[in-house]
Amino acid sequence: MIDYFQNRRSQIAYDGFQHVSLVVQCVLLATVIALVLAVLVYRSSFATQVAEGVGAVGLTIPSFALLGLLIAPFGLGVLTSVIAVTFYALLPILRNAVVGLAGVDRSLIESARGIGMSRFRTLWQIEIPLAWPVILNGIRVSTQLVMGIAAVAAYVLGPGLGGYIFEGLSRLGGSGAVPAAAVGTIGVIILAFILDVLLLLLGRLTTSRGLRV
Amino acid sequence: MSETVASTRSAETDSGPVSGAEVILENVGKRYPGQQQPAVGDLSMTINAGEIVMLVGPSGCGKTTTLKMINRLIEPTSGRIMLGGEDIIKANGDELRRRIGYVIQAGGLFPHMTVEANVKLVPNMLGWDKKKTATRTEELLDLVGLDPKVYRSRYPKELSGGQQQRVGVARALAADPPVLLMDEPFGAVDPITRQRLQDELLRIQKELRKTIIIVTHDFDEAVKLGDRIAIFRQGGEIVQYDTPEEILASPADDFVESFVGAGATLRQLTLVRVKDVPLDMPVTARIGEDKQEIARRAMQEGARDVVVVDERNRPLRWVDLRELEGSGKLAAGEDNKLKVIGEGATLNDALDTMLVSSHSSAIVVGRGNQIVGRVNVDIITNAIALLRSARNGANDDLDEMPDHDSSTRPSGARRVTR
Ligand SMILES: Nc1ncnc2c1ncn2[C@@H]1O[C@H](COP(=O)(O)OP(=O)(O)OP(=O)(O)O)[C@@H](O)[C@H]1O
Ligand SMILES: [Mg+2]
Repeated sequence: MIDYFQNRRSQIAYDGFQHVSLVVQCVLLATVIALVLAVLVYRSSFATQVAEGVGAVGLTIPSFALLGLLIAPFGLGVLTSVIAVTFYALLPILRNAVVGLAGVDRSLIESARGIGMSRFRTLWQIEIPLAWPVILNGIRVSTQLVMGIAAVAAYVLGPGLGGYIFEGLSRLGGSGAVPAAAVGTIGVIILAFILDVLLLLLGRLTTSRGLRV
Repeated sequence: MSETVASTRSAETDSGPVSGAEVILENVGKRYPGQQQPAVGDLSMTINAGEIVMLVGPSGCGKTTTLKMINRLIEPTSGRIMLGGEDIIKANGDELRRRIGYVIQAGGLFPHMTVEANVKLVPNMLGWDKKKTATRTEELLDLVGLDPKVYRSRYPKELSGGQQQRVGVARALAADPPVLLMDEPFGAVDPITRQRLQDELLRIQKELRKTIIIVTHDFDEAVKLGDRIAIFRQGGEIVQYDTPEEILASPADDFVESFVGAGATLRQLTLVRVKDVPLDMPVTARIGEDKQEIARRAMQEGARDVVVVDERNRPLRWVDLRELEGSGKLAAGEDNKLKVIGEGATLNDALDTMLVSSHSSAIVVGRGNQIVGRVNVDIITNAIALLRSARNGANDDLDEMPDHDSSTRPSGARRVTR
């Protein structure tokens, strides 16, 4: 086990980096898409319900199934991984963004409009910052979720630590199977933990002191 | 009518020049989509430049709708609104609102921005340079009675309700708008704070002379603050639009009568300011003075208690003669039972304050919070008696001269007769 790790140290570090990089980029992309969607739907309760429904159903799709479906149009490789990971990352963020934006005190929005802020400025300077703690929570949940999904995405030759897990599974019973699966699994857990701490820190830095309790 | 008390409101000699603009509503209406009855039917009124106009009326009668049509947060469905001679429908809505101050209940401050950032919002949108904005922010916080050094970088949650409300007013005044709209601005604060904020608004108004339109549920507040009061009925119909004195003395109909209520005479206490009645001066003493000496002085005056003041004559606390027994010097200390009101407060405020004070009287302070006297029950009783006789007298006069003078009086010269 130790040997397995020692011999492949730099390769594992590289794959770990790739894994995190995939997750971070997909979460960023998902955040942008989720915010745009949330802004489009949050004022209408019907659209909000549709968005939440899709979100809930979306999460029940097994990741393997989705990857399988995506292979046909997009082939094996990074693009398919990115699409699948971004899709799953989107769901919790969208949900929280809609809830967060809808939860902003109406009187504050009226106050903003009343002193002459345009709709866009109100959204950007008032509504999003006020909803930010909730949105950020969605981003954290989402990051944890897709750390695991990204590992599964190795199935379609996506980058990252998933490869070790599949390697272990395919050689089940053979030599090196357990260390490989363990490196993949433990690696994902450790990186997920580090990312979460970083996100907490980011939350600290980006949330106004006026909003903390 | 016996004697005439000097005019007590904004239009006094030492007030600043009018910086407000005239607002005219012409046949303004608002029908919300899908509703049978319009929220506001056909409303016409002129709000004179530099006046405070109070909109009162039962819930749902269209006060907020009317107010919000003036800054086009709500677009009128008919009619025309002129602001300083300009038809507001021609302006861009956002730009229009930057030129009109807007204050809602509890101030409507943005919790994620500091006091300073909140106040700077409008100047920033108008593209003022940094230096001008910074100076203005300080000036405004001073104006509303908040020390910029202390409060500038606080967040709204670190302020009391009253302080939040003040920042809300500062923010609304930031770009020096000619018109200020306030929707139940003091609805969310306790009565004592409300009274203070009202006094402050009057003080600020005396300096700035804006056109201020305030929606309120509190008829006493309307009488206290308003140069004129508009009483609304369902559908945004104005039942009476007149000075507080006129409305109290001759309500237009039963509806107004019910609003004015049974306590009309007591209500009129709201028309009289503390500085317009002869005050009583309590015996004062300084910390460090000899107790026996103070007691002797109090005895001479026939007083049973003494107000301790600091070196600048600001009242600190009450002491009883009993506490002055024995020898020695008067010790420092404060007590929160000493209640203070400003000279601009109304007798109604004074009455409220006295009720929570330990010595059934309120200390009146003037410039620099220096003591100028006290109001007690006798003073209020006298005022009521005078008001009552004046009211009876006025009613008699009215029968003979139905064309009382509200339209011909210059807006400055009117005020309480008693
Ligand atoms: N956005 C809206 N859509 C439909 N109807 C509305 C809307 N806003 C107000 N109304 C209706 O218009 C009427 C006037 O409302 P408005 O808010 O102006 O009353 P108000 O006098 O301010 O009442 P309150 O003293 O309770 O604040 C009410 O009957 C209300 O139900
Ligand atoms: Mg209202």
